[in-house]
Formats: sequence, structure tokens, C-alpha cells
Amino acid sequence: MKHLLSTDGLDPATALAILDTADSLKKTLLGREVRKLPTLRGRTVITMFYENSTRTRASFEIAGKWMSADVVNVSAAGSSVGKGESLRDTALTLAAAGADCVIVRHPASGAAHRLAGWLADVGTSVVNAGDGTHEHPTQALLDAATLRDRLGSVDGKRVAIVGDVLHSRVARSNVHLLTALGAQVVLVAPPTLLPVGVADWVPGLEVSHDVDAELPTLDAVMMLRVQAERMHGGFFPSAKEYSIAYGLSEARARMLPGHAVVLHPGPMLRGMEIAAAVADSPRSAITEQVANGVHVRMAVLYHLLAGEEEGS
Amino acid sequence: MASRDRGAADPTERRELLSAGDVARTIARMAHQVIEKTALGGSGASPVVLLGIPTRGGPLAARLAAKIEDFAGVQVPFGTLDVTLYRDDLRRKPTRPLGATALPTGGIDDALVILVDDVLFSGRTIRAALDALRDAGRPRAVQLAVLVDRGHRELPIRADYVGKNVPTARSEEVNVLLSETDERDAVLLSRSEPSP
Amino acid sequence: MSLVIRGVKPYGEDPVDLLIEDGVITEIGAGLKGDEVIDADGLVALPGFVDLHTHLREPGREDTETIETGSRAAALGGYTAVFAMANTDPVADNAVIVEHVWRRGREVGLVDVHPIGAVTVGLKGEKLAELGTMAKSQANVRIFSDDGLCVADPLIMRRALEYTKALGAVIAQHAEEPRLTVGAQAHEGETAARLGLAGWPAVAEESIVARDCLLAFHAGARLHVCHVSTQGTADVLRWAKGRGTQVSAEVTPHHLLLDDSRLTSYDPVNKVNPPLRTATDAAALRAALADGTIDVVATDHAPHAHQDKDCEWSAARPGMLGLQTALPIVVATMVEPGLLDWRGVARVMSERPAEIAGLPDHGRPIAVGEPANLTLVDPNGRWTVHGADLASIAANTPYEGMELPGTVVVTLLRGEVTARDGKAAR
Repeated sequence: MKHLLSTDGLDPATALAILDTADSLKKTLLGREVRKLPTLRGRTVITMFYENSTRTRASFEIAGKWMSADVVNVSAAGSSVGKGESLRDTALTLAAAGADCVIVRHPASGAAHRLAGWLADVGTSVVNAGDGTHEHPTQALLDAATLRDRLGSVDGKRVAIVGDVLHSRVARSNVHLLTALGAQVVLVAPPTLLPVGVADWVPGLEVSHDVDAELPTLDAVMMLRVQAERMHGGFFPSAKEYSIAYGLSEARARMLPGHAVVLHPGPMLRGMEIAAAVADSPRSAITEQVANGVHVRMAVLYHLLAGEEEGS
Repeated sequence: MASRDRGAADPTERRELLSAGDVARTIARMAHQVIEKTALGGSGASPVVLLGIPTRGGPLAARLAAKIEDFAGVQVPFGTLDVTLYRDDLRRKPTRPLGATALPTGGIDDALVILVDDVLFSGRTIRAALDALRDAGRPRAVQLAVLVDRGHRELPIRADYVGKNVPTARSEEVNVLLSETDERDAVLLSRSEPSP
Repeated sequence: MSLVIRGVKPYGEDPVDLLIEDGVITEIGAGLKGDEVIDADGLVALPGFVDLHTHLREPGREDTETIETGSRAAALGGYTAVFAMANTDPVADNAVIVEHVWRRGREVGLVDVHPIGAVTVGLKGEKLAELGTMAKSQANVRIFSDDGLCVADPLIMRRALEYTKALGAVIAQHAEEPRLTVGAQAHEGETAARLGLAGWPAVAEESIVARDCLLAFHAGARLHVCHVSTQGTADVLRWAKGRGTQVSAEVTPHHLLLDDSRLTSYDPVNKVNPPLRTATDAAALRAALADGTIDVVATDHAPHAHQDKDCEWSAARPGMLGLQTALPIVVATMVEPGLLDWRGVARVMSERPAEIAGLPDHGRPIAVGEPANLTLVDPNGRWTVHGADLASIAANTPYEGMELPGTVVVTLLRGEVTARDGKAAR
């Protein structure tokens, strides 16, 4: 594996290998005082974040450091990011400076793909940490890892993704990965927050506007943050109406089967898409998601950087 | 299987060095050696822990523990220690899947840890195991038990308990088969001949 | 100085010799003699192509194209007349700019460059530009367009349509309801949704076309629709023409050939406005061009600098080169599948555009007494497109590396060879 750019097209065997590695890493580090593995010693990993994110970047940084890689953070958040010049030229500069791997988060969909193209001759690996509204593959992997921990496996499970699917790269990555791993996915949102043609993304993908009808059928529900900053308006009349229609209240949580798990990619708007009490309840796996994030990202780095360099 | 050219020898011959019965007797002998050398069960002796290196070290450690319990009546904790993350040759091959690390419940601090592996060759796997062990805890001492020692050490590493010494050429291959992972118990020697 | 074109097939029909003197076809027959001879055995003669929609980027972006380099590209593409859009910098919303473009085109002399005037001042869509002054200027402007932007205000569009009735001119609308395309990056459909690219819905084009057809009908005025890209627009045009609306429409070569399956690489060479639509739309456009619902092929030739394309999708500027690849794409998408014969190619690439623009000396029949504005095409020629080899300064062609059928062998502008065997006359 040279890059991790998307879960769309990620071979299920590779995805499962990454999840298995993450699980092994978790068990290896369990109870250890010294949380350090020498495997990526001498590899240089650079995080390039063109969007504000402390959580994801910290997660990648910890992952790299626990594998003994040298991790450097480059941040362009807030500066004038209009032109690809900064993205492309920055990337080539960093690659020339010796980066073995660039982890990129960027507001433009397709940025990670373009980066992989520009770095093709240099041989640097690219990890997509979120490109516009397109994909966030490590998030989907850690969500799948969490579901495996809680439910045993993803195969044959019914998972709902609720919220602003239109603008959500987490939704897209999860649709592809969960389906590839054998889950049945149902997207739940008001019509204004569902992309045109969404039902054709993967065979068998279900779409619904009625969250109450879906809840009793689910093994897991993933609540998406309703992303105010991406909207140009008019997607729903008010936060209150959204919350009443689609929010995971305590009453709604009681409609879930006993074993069902609640996930959220974070950060949460408590009281909007999810009630505070539900977020803190035992069926919520939100903190496990974060913990799994580090192991999954360690596994991704392992699969990209530890073995023989791929191809020419 | 390699195809046969008219008149050419089979490029890979496999010769059985140890039969299933030999394997069982060898493990039994190693168990007695461990009991004796560690003064197992005696007063003042440190607790002993067996850690098998995946893949076949795991079942070997389990069998050794079973034989030790048979002979000495002592239950020796056993587990596995995966060394993939500590190898020095990862970049030579495509990404290796990780094996399982399962330390026994009591841990390894202050114990005499006996690493168990099927074949001792260059010693690099054991070096990696020592590094892995160091991050996993602080054993009082470390010893090594191997079913087969085939020579050609590249590092100053030696085994405390050896099932069988087998002198080999570098081009040869020693394969240990165990019923837990393969269909049967055996130790095979493969000789790779270049075709004429 | 007489020129004989020997053994050429006008409209792909029986071979004849053409005698050209003083820029006019003076004789058609066999065994003709002249001072100079072009052996056109196997070639098809068509009236010189007329492009109603080109961006020559001068003034303002001469780093990507000039009137000179664009003229070269046009001549090499078989064009004898091009209409240069007004979204230059400064905008061509007054007589001074359009006269500059007109004069510069004459100076270069490789193709007749006809400036298009802006509909509104600065393309802002608020106030009509001095359409009359531009029409009466040396540039003799006959087409007005805010292309790049839509004349979105229905009142301004109504007034513009009415006003041009007295000028013998036509408003060419870039149909895009701006409120429906805020932040849009690609055709709103399954592909863009999957790729996380904000959608440009077909209805943003169709609703404006429908509105403008109704306005044109109501005002008794002429309307021209730029770069039709959707099946729905073709349906609206069919309906509008059916009730007698004076509307004409153009389609670009890229919309005939390409669709949004090209987007998966995120290479912005495929980014264009209106965007590449679905394969179903492309098929509908080809059928509409064949049956005359869409009148002409117009390139929307849009040069862009390297840094405006070699970046991430959302930062890239939309637009593709088109002058030199137009004919081969028409051959590939329309002639080879049998949707158009060579007479049909003459109609959509020369006769109808000249008629819409009111050009008296282009798009004429290949007949004695007509101006010798001709394009000689090798129907069996094939070539591989390389952006670096094209005459434009910019190289943003989506057809890089593609092998296309049909080559322009000779282009004649009033009897003068402006391009021959892949080389421009100057």
C-alpha cells in the first residue's frame, strides 16, 4: 500500500489487515509503561493541516511518535489558502526535505489525490486526513474498529448514519468502508442534506428521512455533527427543528435495541444532534473511537512505511 | 511443486530429520532440562515464564509447559511475544502481518523468562525478542529454548536449551511442522539445488 | 495570382477543381489551371468554420493567449472567423476595447476576429453597456454577451433583448442561475456527490434558458444560448422553437465527447463551466445537434495558465482549449457514428454560425462567385493531441494524448492560405 487516500476502492482484505494490525498494536501496548515501538525509527512523517484540527492532528502525531517516527507538524490554517501553489509547492519542498510520509488535511476535495500525483516521482506516501467534503479514511477505519470491538464484527450489521451527509467526508468514507466490510448502511437526513444521486454510490445503500422508523432496526447509529460553517443556508429552517426531527435524544436512544452502539466522529454539539446524556451513556462508544484512532493510525503508518517500498 | 524437466533432479528435496515421535521425545527431554536447570519448584527459585515467539513458538511453549506440569507438577505460565515490530529487516519484504502478543496474567517482571522458538538461525529474531521483552517489562533473567539449532549465527546469541543441533548449509531450509498449525509434527530439511 | 485546388470533394461529394482568383471562387470544373496548385486529392472542402464563442484573452491575460496566438490556433483549426468574448480585462463593454480587438485581428490577418460586446457594464449585470455605440463602431458588433457570467436579472435581460432588436444583433446568454450555483464545482449528480464536489445542478441552466426563451418570445427578439450542456436544455429549446421563438443555440465539442466520469482523477483540466455532464446528456446533445435543435458547434476556447490548472480542483479556473480540436471531435462524435454528413458539418460549423452572426462573407456555399473562405479536411487523417504542440500559449487541453480522427489540412481566408499541413502562415 503506497497511499491511503480513500475508502472508496479500498480492498476489504487490506482494510481488515489494517484493523487487525490496529488490534494487535492495542494489545501489545496494553498495560505497558513504555508506550513506544521502534518500528518506524528513522522515518520522517509530516502532518500538513490546512484546516483547524487539534484532535485529529494530535492523534496522528501520537501515532507516529509511538512508532518512533520523527513527526513534524506544518500548519497553514487560517492563512490565505487560495491557490494550489501553496499546497503543491509546500508538499514538494517537504518531500525534498526528506518526508517519507505526508499526512494532509485540506479544504479542497481531491487535494490528497492531487498531492499523491505530484509526489509520485519522489516516492512519498500520502495519508488523507480529510479533504474537503470528500473522504476521511482513517476516521472510517477507527469507526469500524470500534464497531468490531463492541459488536464482534461489522459484517451483517445494520448501521445508520444520521445528519449532514451532503457535507460530510466522514459519511462518505463510512458508506464505502462499512459496505465493503459487509454492513448494511442506511443514511438518514432531511432531503436537503442528502447528495443528489446518493443512493447509487454503493449497491444496496438505503436512504431515509425518518429516524424514528430506523432506530429499532439498528446495530449502530453514527451521529454526524451538523456543520454550520459549511452551509450556505436554507438546508433546514432552524437548529431547533433539526434537533427535534433528527437529534438523538434520550427518548430516541431508548428506541434502540439493547446492544446498539452510538458513535460520533466529534466534536459534538451536545443538545443539537445528540443529547448530553446519550453521549455519556454506556452505549456510547465515543471515547473508544478516540482511543482506537491512535492505534488505527499507527496501523496505517505501519502498513505504509514499515514494509518494502512498493513498486517503482 | 516444481515441474520436472526430463533428466533433471527435483530442485527441492525435503528430508525428514525428526519424525512425530522424535519431536515428542525431544520436547519431553527439553522439559526435563528446564526443570533441572531452573531448579523449578525448589525453594528460593524465581518464577519461570515461557514466552513463545509466533508462529510456532507459541504451541511449543504450550507443549513445554504441559510436559513440565506432567513431570514436575508445577504450572508454568506461558504466553506469546510477537517480535515483528522489533525486526531489523522489515523493509526487505512487503508489509508483514503482526502476530499475537499475549503475556500471561502475572506478567513477566522479576520472572525468569524462557523465550521459546522453533528454529535458531541468524539470531536476529531473538535479538528482536530481547528488545520487545525490554519494553514489555523487567524480567530477572532471560533464557532461550529452541527445538532446532541450525547454526550460522550472525549475532552473539546462544540457546540454553536445544532440542536438536542440525548442521546445515546456508542455502538449505529447516521447517518445523506442528499439528497445531500444520497437519502433523515433523522437522524437515530442504535442499535447494540449482537445475543443471 | 490564381490558385487551383485540385481534386477536392466539396461537402465530401464528387471531386472537382476549384479556381480561386482575388479571393473569390471563379471557376469549378476539371483540369483547371492556375499559378499555384494545391493537390487536394482525398480531401473534403467545407466552407471556412465560424466560431461564435472564443476567448482570446487580450487584453488582460496575454500570458495565456493573445489575438495573434489565438488567430493561429483558429486558422490551424480550420476557422476563417471567430467571435471573441467580452470578458477580457478590461471588459469589452465599450467601443474603445472592441475596436482594439477588431484592429488587432485585422493586423494579424489569419482569421476574421469579430469582438463580442458585453451586455452589461463590467459584466456586473446591473446596467446595460453602450450596445448601440459598439454596434456602430468599426468593430460592427453583432453579438453581445456577458459570458463567464449570466445576465441573471430578468428585467435587464428583457431590456437587452428588446434593445438589440433595433441593432440587428443578438444576445448570447451564458445560462446559469447564480443563486443555484454558489460554490459549485462540478455537475450535480452521482459522481460529484461521491467525489465531494459541490454540485452545479442542470436546472440552474435550464431554468434560465426557459425564462429567456419566454422573454425572447414575448419581446419578439432574438436569443442565442451559449454552450448548451444538458438534455433538459435541449428539450426546452425544442419546445421554444416549436412555438416560434427566435432562439439559436450552440454546443461545445467537449460537451459532445466528454462526461463527468472524467472527474475521478480530480485533474482540473476537466473543470469547465458549464460542467461536463452525464453520458446521457452528451448523447442527448449529439442527437440535438443532428436534428437542428442545437444549431451550431462553438468551441468556448478558454486558455488558462499552468498554475490555474495544476492545483487542487476547487482552486482551478474552469475552461478548456478548443479551436484546434473542434473539427476532429465533431468527426469522432457526429460524422463517424453517422449522425452528420459533411453537409451537416458545414451547416453546424460554418453556415448556421455565419447566419446567426449576420456575417455576409462566411458560411457561403462552395460555388462560383463566393468568397474563398474554405477549409480542406482529410477525413482519414488521424493525429495525437499534445498540448505543448498546439498554437495557443496555454496548453490546457483535456484531450492530451488522445488520438482523434480528421485533420485540417489547409485553411483559406479570402483565397489566402492561413494554415497548411499543421503550420500557420505566420
